[in-house]
Amino acid sequence: MTTHVEDENRRDFLVVAGNAFAAVGAASLIWPFVQQMNPDASAKALASVEVDLSPVKEGQAITAMWRGKPLFIRNRTKAEIEQAEKVQPDELPDPTARNGGISGDVPAIDSNRVKKGHENWLVLVGICTHLGCIPKGQAMNDARGDFGGWFCPCHGSHYDTSGRVRKGPAPRNLDVPPYAFISDNKIKIG
Amino acid sequence: MSGHASTYEPTSRWGKWWDERLPIARMMHGSFVEFPTPRNLNYLWTFGGILMFCLVAQIVTGIVLAMHYQPSDVQAFNSIEHIRRDVNYGWMLRSMHAVGASMFFIAVFIHIFRGLYYGSYKAPREVLWILGVTILLVMMATAFLGYTLPWGQMSFWGVTVITNLFSALDTIYAGLGTGIVEWLWGGYAVSGVTLNRFFSLHYLLPFVLTGIVILHVWALHVAGQNNPTGLDLKEASESVPMHPYATSKDLVGLFAFLVVFGWFVFFLPDYLGHADNYIEANPLVTPPHIVPEWYFLPFYAILRAFTGSFLGIPLGSYAKLLGVLAMFGSILILAFAPWLDSSRVRSTKYRPLYRWFFWLFVFTCLALGYLGSKPAEGVYTTWAQIFTVLYFAHFLIVMPVVGLLETPNKLPRSISEAVLGEGGSASFAGATAAPEKR
Repeated sequence: MTTHVEDENRRDFLVVAGNAFAAVGAASLIWPFVQQMNPDASAKALASVEVDLSPVKEGQAITAMWRGKPLFIRNRTKAEIEQAEKVQPDELPDPTARNGGISGDVPAIDSNRVKKGHENWLVLVGICTHLGCIPKGQAMNDARGDFGGWFCPCHGSHYDTSGRVRKGPAPRNLDVPPYAFISDNKIKIG
Repeated sequence: MSGHASTYEPTSRWGKWWDERLPIARMMHGSFVEFPTPRNLNYLWTFGGILMFCLVAQIVTGIVLAMHYQPSDVQAFNSIEHIRRDVNYGWMLRSMHAVGASMFFIAVFIHIFRGLYYGSYKAPREVLWILGVTILLVMMATAFLGYTLPWGQMSFWGVTVITNLFSALDTIYAGLGTGIVEWLWGGYAVSGVTLNRFFSLHYLLPFVLTGIVILHVWALHVAGQNNPTGLDLKEASESVPMHPYATSKDLVGLFAFLVVFGWFVFFLPDYLGHADNYIEANPLVTPPHIVPEWYFLPFYAILRAFTGSFLGIPLGSYAKLLGVLAMFGSILILAFAPWLDSSRVRSTKYRPLYRWFFWLFVFTCLALGYLGSKPAEGVYTTWAQIFTVLYFAHFLIVMPVVGLLETPNKLPRSISEAVLGEGGSASFAGATAAPEKR
């Protein structure tokens, strides 16, 4: 059998195509090994919870669990609400509202952090946006920091009565999770 | 492995049979018996061998502990108590492993400072040094993963804080950091899922470490050992065979080290740990003061030095990202030392100006360690920022500049002269009449 020049070109193409195909196939096999580490179906299944707010008196706070994270739910006093409403976004280290219930970036004014008509209820993911500690300020005798909200003991971040970072290394305001009032005294988170 | 011809001659038929098929005995003989070792090594050079011992000790005790440990969030905490109270000799094995981690770090820090003082990172040992920095990084990862396993409060919150470091990447690309963190956790918070995978990786990494250590030793045997004078070996009489000379010196160092090791294991097994780690992990309560194990404190201080403002410079929302970059940077910058140091003299013994800066650097590391154990507020933060600047200045300013400004002391012509004074070479050579043949 004789070999032609054209055949060699054809062979090169087959070698390159074959190797490329094998390389893509091998590389795609990495994906399951990476993806297996992501949150699994059982973790995702705990995506929403309901919380009854009726036992929480004015000035009190409760902690609930949502997706393995603590949720801070505070029934704010008149003074606390007033204090939070006075602050303008340009005074804040993080001027965006971080509200999971509102799409897009809106300014971090207090009304963008709570539900209209339920301004006394502040619902937050209780995880410091610096490195994930649980800030103090839920119990009555806790240190609440310089702004009357929460204080993270790990690296000294101070949050105000709207859960916005005011001082310390935390880069973002405490997140407001997506939630809705399903009755006057009950919310559904997630 | 190189630079000298092997004199290994198998004597038995069995030895000859093997030597023709897999000359592993020849390799070991060349690398660890007749390998030429500078004859002026001091006790700081015994830490290489001590570290080898530490690695083996951690692997052996770790494997047996894994036979009794349960890597689940329900069982982990209790299984550690079970090991300490019920398992035969469990109290001792657990202490050896936990104390062993601290001893491993004491030894590795001394080993690194030795390398920095005597210029062991300079040509031709750059690759050897970079492999060493890699070993330090893998060691730190292994220790961090291992500290998770007792599943106490410090374990849980330590993991939370350190894994959250990656969320700083959100500043670069929204969602990137959070995605990585949730991928590491296997959920939306640290949980038993996280513990399980950390156990798997904690078991894997020591073997990765072993592989890198083999490369480290290989690179050492290609370039040859440095020595307190920093001079190259010029004649055969300046070296002795590794065995029995260096090996017996290593053993003396190792035994002294083991006295300290044993003292901690038997009398102060919990001294280097934290009391809060004897409270089971609780995702709803953060301990008032989170501190890592002592060996991470200097790096932790650097991380926390970046708050809203750094020595008066406002950082805004970049504080977290900068803190993370500085912390990893403080280790990675070591890898660049061979090129940052402009001095051609290796040993700090002959560098009158640099010597002061070396001890200032040691003090800086100790000060950062102290500050890492203190709350991140007020004057502690200011000092942490000052020492963070000093830490990086040592590499970025002192190393390049001092080498150019300084007039080094007169170097001895050879190791023989350094040890025996002028004209020592001849008498020194005479004194080496191969004592093993006497």
